[in-house]
Amino acid sequence: MTAWTPSPRQAERDAVRRRLRTRRRLVASVATLVVVGGLVTVLVLSPGWETFQETFLSWDHAKASFPAILKGFAWNVLMFLVAEPLILLLGALVAVTRSTVSPALFPLRLLATVYTDVFRGIPTILLIYIFVFGVPALRLQGVTTSIFWLGITALVLSYGAYVAEVFRSGIESIHPSQVASADALGLSSAQSMRFVVLPQAVRRVVPPLLNDFASLQKDTALVGAVGVFDALFAARDYTNFNFNFTPYVVAAAFFVALTVPMARYTDWLAARYARREGAGAR
Amino acid sequence: MTGEPLLRITNLRKAYGDKVVLHDVQLTVRQHDVVCLIGASGSGKSTLLRCIDLLEPVDDGEIHLGGVEITDPLVDVRSVRSRMGMVFQAYNLFPHMTVLENVTLAPRKVHGLSAADAEDRARTLLARFGLADKADEHPDRLSGGQQQRVAMVRAIVMEPELVLLDEVTSALDPELVGEVLDIVRDLAERGTTLLLATHEMGFAREVATNVCFLHEGVILEQGPPAQVLGDPREERTRQFLRRVL
Ligand SMILES: Nc1ncnc2c1ncn2[C@@H]1O[C@H](COP(=O)(O)OP(=O)(O)OP(=O)(O)O)[C@@H](O)[C@H]1O
Ligand SMILES: [Mg+2]
Repeated sequence: MTAWTPSPRQAERDAVRRRLRTRRRLVASVATLVVVGGLVTVLVLSPGWETFQETFLSWDHAKASFPAILKGFAWNVLMFLVAEPLILLLGALVAVTRSTVSPALFPLRLLATVYTDVFRGIPTILLIYIFVFGVPALRLQGVTTSIFWLGITALVLSYGAYVAEVFRSGIESIHPSQVASADALGLSSAQSMRFVVLPQAVRRVVPPLLNDFASLQKDTALVGAVGVFDALFAARDYTNFNFNFTPYVVAAAFFVALTVPMARYTDWLAARYARREGAGAR
Repeated sequence: MTGEPLLRITNLRKAYGDKVVLHDVQLTVRQHDVVCLIGASGSGKSTLLRCIDLLEPVDDGEIHLGGVEITDPLVDVRSVRSRMGMVFQAYNLFPHMTVLENVTLAPRKVHGLSAADAEDRARTLLARFGLADKADEHPDRLSGGQQQRVAMVRAIVMEPELVLLDEVTSALDPELVGEVLDIVRDLAERGTTLLLATHEMGFAREVATNVCFLHEGVILEQGPPAQVLGDPREERTRQFLRRVL
């Protein structure tokens, strides 16, 4: 077969497509400029802009507070990294438990159901207060009183309930014919869960899970409210001494910087998954 | 017959990455023709139909529908598609709608018919194809053959100029194949222009005005069914027919 060179008509079509693309980009750029320009104008022309700039956007204060906030932010990242695997494990266990059918496992199913109902209902910040201030008050032998670990426990229990529900919806979205095929091959129900259902379910719930991760990154700051020296704590500390709110903006920038790449990654994964599913359309 | 054919494809090329799936395809379909695409699995039948329905962009060549080049990037894709009807191998009915809602969706939303007019048309066609009592059922209550018949009704309810059918019987039990082919036959007899990919050689021989044999993305041979199926010129066609008959 000879190498293919586009026909004149195809070259023409490609040129038209390029022109269309350029025009679309132009429209997008102009629209963006108009919107962003409008917003900036409203901001800059607002009566309090001068003071706002000084108290929230001071470059000097940003520089001065940066090192402390960076150090604090390391704690946020650490809390996230410790909590996330535990949450995934807990969520998967609870979801699988709730998907069992054996009558002997009824008490476990009941426990799992009560757990998700209760812990999804309690605001995370309340749960953190309860753990950080309540558990030490019990003076239990051998139980940690470290704010860091108690805070993480609260985060894990709170998010575990959400993630369990995400997993469960994934498990339930797998078509019954998949389980039927696995049954027909002689797999036990545990085996069909382990080898057939869970792998497909996990793939399907990755985007919503990543969405929960992004939310968890932010909620690590809640533990700062009870005394872990995280980014929020560092910012507040600085603000209390210098009467300037710029460190809050700096802390916010840190969180955004971590969340944005994750959001793009989620979009990319979701798009890829949509393409795969689209294979059924032929 | 003279004048512009309904569908004219010239030098069509389609590749996925490095893999050339359609190579230099030439195909003409005149009004009231029934053209059958045959060929082994993976020979490019579905891809060709999807290119015609503008579901896949082509890499080169032209497709003209009623004298209009539909591979033009500036063409109004929706209006082109509304002149054609396409039915897939997997019926693809919308599971959350009743049969009647499935059939009347495009007439109401794309062609601007009133609900009453759309329903009239839909019920007439459903009755003609023995589906009158299924109009208010949801697809999951229908057999595969019934679902595929509904999918056909959905595709032809606005009397498109060209109907594309992609192996509409290959997901069906043998005893259900007949009821779907009856609809195709009915359409052919009423003069609907049809382009269909099929593995049903007997059916192709009976209804086709033209048969095209596709091999690895190339149309190796085309002509009247008696010639292509009965006395093929190409050795490849003969091999293929020996395998499927
Ligand atoms: N999205 C895609 N990406 C890459 N290759 C593809 C894609 N879609 C189809 N192909 C390839 O294109 C070739 C033609 O596929 P096509 O579906 O048109 O075959 P077919 O003749 O309809 O086969 P069948 O009779 O099995 O339906 C195949 O080799 C297939 O692997
Ligand atoms: Mg096909």
